[in-house]
Amino acid sequence: MSSTDISLHEDVHLGHDDHHDDHDQSFIEKYIFSQDHKVIGKQFLFAGIFWAIIGGTLSSLFRFQLGFPEATFTFLEPILGKWVDGGKLNPEFYLALVTMHGTIMVFFVLTAGLSGTFSNFLIPLQIGARDMASGFMNMLSFWFFFLASVIMFYSLFLETGPAAGGWTVYPPLSALPQAISGSGAGMTMWLISMALFIVSQLLGGVNYITTVINLRTRGMSMSKLPLTIWAFFLTAVLGLLAFPVLFSAALLLIFDRSFGTSFFLSDIYVAGEALTHTGGSPVLFQHLFWFLGHPEVYIVILPTFGIVSEIIATNSRKPIFGYRAMIGSMLGISLLSFIVWAHHMFVSGMNPFLGSVFMFLTLIIAVPSAVKVFNWIATLWRGNINFTTAMLFSVAFVSLFISGGVTGIILGNSALDIQLHDTYFVVAHFHLVMGSAAFFGMFAGIYHWFPKMFGRMLDEKLGYIHFWITFICAYLIFMPMHYLGIAGFPRRYYTWTGFDTFNKFLDMNSFITIAAIFVFVAQFVFIFNFIYSIFRGRRATENPWKSNTLEWTTPVNPGHGNWPGALPVVYRWPYDYSKPGAPQDFIPQNVPYSQTQSSNLPHERDFE
Amino acid sequence: MITIAVALSIILLLVILYLLFRIQVLASIFTGSYRRDIGKSNKINAALFLAFFVVMGGLFIWSMNSASEDMIIPIASEHGIDIDSMFWLTMGVIGFVFVLTHILLFWYSYKYQHNDNKRAYYYPHNNKIEIIWTVIPAVVMALLVFSGWKTWAKITSPAPENAVVVEVMGKQFNWLARYPGADNKLGLVKHTLIDATNEFGIDLNDRDAQDDFPGDPTSFHVPKGVPVQLKIRSRDVIHSVFLPHFRVKMDAVPGMPTTFWFIPTKTTAEMQTETGNANFQYELACTEVCGRGHFAMKMTMIVDEPEDYQKWVEAQQKKTFASQLQGGAPADSAAAVALNTTSDAAVAAATATKQ
Repeated sequence: MSSTDISLHEDVHLGHDDHHDDHDQSFIEKYIFSQDHKVIGKQFLFAGIFWAIIGGTLSSLFRFQLGFPEATFTFLEPILGKWVDGGKLNPEFYLALVTMHGTIMVFFVLTAGLSGTFSNFLIPLQIGARDMASGFMNMLSFWFFFLASVIMFYSLFLETGPAAGGWTVYPPLSALPQAISGSGAGMTMWLISMALFIVSQLLGGVNYITTVINLRTRGMSMSKLPLTIWAFFLTAVLGLLAFPVLFSAALLLIFDRSFGTSFFLSDIYVAGEALTHTGGSPVLFQHLFWFLGHPEVYIVILPTFGIVSEIIATNSRKPIFGYRAMIGSMLGISLLSFIVWAHHMFVSGMNPFLGSVFMFLTLIIAVPSAVKVFNWIATLWRGNINFTTAMLFSVAFVSLFISGGVTGIILGNSALDIQLHDTYFVVAHFHLVMGSAAFFGMFAGIYHWFPKMFGRMLDEKLGYIHFWITFICAYLIFMPMHYLGIAGFPRRYYTWTGFDTFNKFLDMNSFITIAAIFVFVAQFVFIFNFIYSIFRGRRATENPWKSNTLEWTTPVNPGHGNWPGALPVVYRWPYDYSKPGAPQDFIPQNVPYSQTQSSNLPHERDFE
Repeated sequence: MITIAVALSIILLLVILYLLFRIQVLASIFTGSYRRDIGKSNKINAALFLAFFVVMGGLFIWSMNSASEDMIIPIASEHGIDIDSMFWLTMGVIGFVFVLTHILLFWYSYKYQHNDNKRAYYYPHNNKIEIIWTVIPAVVMALLVFSGWKTWAKITSPAPENAVVVEVMGKQFNWLARYPGADNKLGLVKHTLIDATNEFGIDLNDRDAQDDFPGDPTSFHVPKGVPVQLKIRSRDVIHSVFLPHFRVKMDAVPGMPTTFWFIPTKTTAEMQTETGNANFQYELACTEVCGRGHFAMKMTMIVDEPEDYQKWVEAQQKKTFASQLQGGAPADSAAAVALNTTSDAAVAAATATKQ
């Protein structure tokens, strides 16, 4: 993997050599162990795309199994070797696929690939800073992530398979190699990889927070920050507070696995042997895991809130509706995200009273989420909408976020969760609200900021094709999964045909699989567009979307330090679109009020 | 040969697609649309959003209708009725929000598409509107929370004194049931006592354990119309008891016994008539990933009329664990041999389900 990854960077940046300011840096300093936030952002992006392809491939494999349980997979033998046994996928390997798909998508793509790319790339550019507070730590953040990636990738090729106990790695299953072979070396590597990943996240998070607090350019008060920066800032805070708890859980699990402690293990008889562990509690692990796990879903979705708000405002040519309400709702969501974790554990055996508390807190979180949706829709109202590919993905994001979000109201209700917990209803819910929606936000971000990243435009027509196929298929895949969930189909089942209760919807599962494979293949339209446009795309102008934020005041290919001369000074908020009286329908943040007398509002006259 | 042909045709297809893409790019450069900011495609995309809403909305309604028969599983417990009515009520509420927001989202996208002669309306905020659409969801949520609380509290309240107690134990990869016998007390178990014959790890020195008896190898019985309390535990990894028809789910956790009680309202026979399926059985599935055989961890729960249940208990009571495990005891060795065979059969059956 390492070679693929690095060669990608080389190819990409070689083409740009002539555009960059030369600070007498060697190639390695400039493009590999780079401390430039823009290069690091791109490194995260390439790694994220690489992981997304892996994660998508894994899901295609297990969708084959679920859609066509009677089929034989002899044609996969050359790739999967002994994991295909007489044409049948090995059930333990199936679980490994599900586990790694979850781990990769949640952590490596939608956390590192998303926050890593856009926080790194956009924070200094949008707040008017030359670079991150600590370029060195930022570099370390990527390389810790890279190391974590190498280890996780290597674990895919272990003879006993990668971790297979679900991405939530609940012990005792994840602690006992006797219980499932993936809990042997695969799980060890999972834990090491995640520990390194957490280090990477913390190094990155500290940097993002410090940069946003300390390095804003003159005039850039917190109330003039683009919503993207607010979102990245809060994401970093969440990560900084939540990831150490996962670290502790991983550490205790390592102790239980390797040093004979009993934090999570008690009274176990497995594989013909009674274990000596006693007094531990598996539910403790779940508490620790979900204390990260729930903020984690907001770590995934918050950056896309920011990205989508920015893109919707820019392309509706309208100020984002309720800027302060948007910040307030993000603050509310961030705060609440820490006190709802146990809604993942309503039927784990924890005290039912806790269940009622967490149901209450969980349903509150629907309120700020609803406010955000209404504000986005209100921003579209009476806009003058330009459907760039990024805008298409953003509108679709809102749709997916609603569709996936409303079912959260059902699952957050502990009484209803009894029936739906660990069924396909849950799978459908989170794949829409944090899977598809976050992916759409990420695509929107890539389409929108690609010109700033590579100095060229992505092809719009290919973008439209990519978008419409992806949007339609996202619904074709996940809507029917709700039906399966209501019918009680449990998650992580290799096949359902063993149960009379679940021996139905076979054609629906085949349909979902076909849609899933189709949309996976369609992603290569994007990959082609991405790679092709880096080298041969139409050259971008400085401000192709007529946007207000500071990154569009840099040269087309910003060099090290971002602005060739002095840093820009900020006078206004980032959403002065279509202001009455202004000659153009946008006024960038660095335009002083003295130059816009025709459009100044009464309270702005004081700043002239 | 076929592989090469397939590979070649895929390559050919990709080349054609690439050429089409190039032609499109060159054509748009030629016509000038390449440089134009907002062209015809803006109208097409706006219209497509509207089309998407209509077509996908139609598909959604159609598929929901045609799937509803398979989707809604009949209810066989008292609290299941509460859960389902609350589920469909909540579905109604969120369905309303879902439809309303989507109409607005797609209609606005279409209606306010770019127009050269128009300018967007500068409208940065309106606090009154913000307050309205904060308070309304908050009130609706509060109502849902209260009704949820009521149901949840009822379901999770302590089991009534007269409840029929059954212990359900999960292990890789099957379920086993144990009944407390005449004293209505489950005897002591220790995981260190588990072996091939003593699957529960029953401590025979415990007085309460003397009259405990097992369910059938792959099924267990409960009576209709009285509270049934499942005492749930696991002896290896976490499993989860899921009885879809009874709206019952609770994790089986090693080292931490859990419980769930409910009142069955329909016997297996009644459900066979209702569903028109003579082979209908209530199935218990595992819903917490537990390893290779997770998807095959099935047990049948048979709901009897109380009198039939009583008969079954009387027959089953003779097969106590004590009599099975103390097979060598002089009292009744012939019976013990017979019982050992049964338990061998049980083990064989269990291994069979492992696949």
